[in-house]
Amino acid sequence: MSLQTTLDYRPAAARAGLIIDWTPYLVGIGIGVLSWVVFLVVNNPLGITTALSQVSGAVATPVLGAEAVARNSYWARNLFSLDYGTLFLVGTLAGGFGSAVLAGSFRFEQVPTVWAERFGPSPLKRYAAAFLGGIIAMYGARLANGCTSGNGISGGLQLALSGWVFLAVMFATGTATAFAMFRTAR
Amino acid sequence: MTLPVTGTAALFLSVVFGFAFGFLLHRGRVADYNTIVRQFLFQDFTVLKIMMTAIIVGGVGVFLMVQFGYAKFHIKPADLLAVSLGAALFGVGMVLYGYCPGTALAAIGGGSLHALVGAGGMLVGGIVYALTFDWVKATILPVGALGRVQLHTLLGISPWAIFAALAVVALTLFVAVERASAKRA
Repeated sequence: MSLQTTLDYRPAAARAGLIIDWTPYLVGIGIGVLSWVVFLVVNNPLGITTALSQVSGAVATPVLGAEAVARNSYWARNLFSLDYGTLFLVGTLAGGFGSAVLAGSFRFEQVPTVWAERFGPSPLKRYAAAFLGGIIAMYGARLANGCTSGNGISGGLQLALSGWVFLAVMFATGTATAFAMFRTAR
Repeated sequence: MTLPVTGTAALFLSVVFGFAFGFLLHRGRVADYNTIVRQFLFQDFTVLKIMMTAIIVGGVGVFLMVQFGYAKFHIKPADLLAVSLGAALFGVGMVLYGYCPGTALAAIGGGSLHALVGAGGMLVGGIVYALTFDWVKATILPVGALGRVQLHTLLGISPWAIFAALAVVALTLFVAVERASAKRA
């Protein structure tokens, strides 16, 4: 393998020669097969943000009071409990950790390369954008009734109209946002 | 063993399935800010490769299982205004954040501190949605509500025709992308 003269965007561990990446096609097949398994075994599609909104109810409880949360018409039907959805979140977090540890690639990252090239090395700036982006993405995901997993992959693979509308629109505004933010980048 | 599994066993399995999902996302480099943002800049096609492969492989299997009675569909309602507006916001938020909710969790597991900060934002977003839900339900959800519609019934064609078309589109894209990246290397 020849040395690349262009910037290397892979994580530090990969640059150091650790083989942590699987080809995207293998990962796509893996996620597809995982979908078969969850449909068959637990009668549930893959999804993240319904459970995440249950967690948001739990987080809001000390601030708004348990009664206000229980009375809220949205949380009333998405009450927090250790159920299939919320435990799936725990698993996803642990899966990222497990993969990173097994690959020896676990690193605390404050500012990723692409961001730093455009907006500089300030972690605070990056955190502010991540926080704001998190608010917007989650509000959008709830309004659309699902995120890239629940609407995009699970909806897409069932040929659901909602899933394909979601994919088309989010790729369009995502692309516009990326070009607006990084227009001076190569 | 009777399927679907329920009760405590299902709870245990959900952690296992979540682990597999997070592991795959991390190994596929999509638990990485750079990979996601560079997809939207058309510099790296990892995200599209994973998603299209997952949709085609997953879809063919799930449709077969439904056809032979081993699984049920879980179709979300096509509330067209809500889905469009929500997806529009989601695209903006995903690029600002650099993750979608699932990849964010896997990224936190891999040590991304900004993914963790953004997850705080997602919880705030969830709270804001719950607090505005009554208004959303009254004004946005009913507009263009087509129900739990699937493309093949809408178009009146076989689902297999759609999967065949998707496979052709995906293969064409994959070949083009791989050729372009081989030329650059």
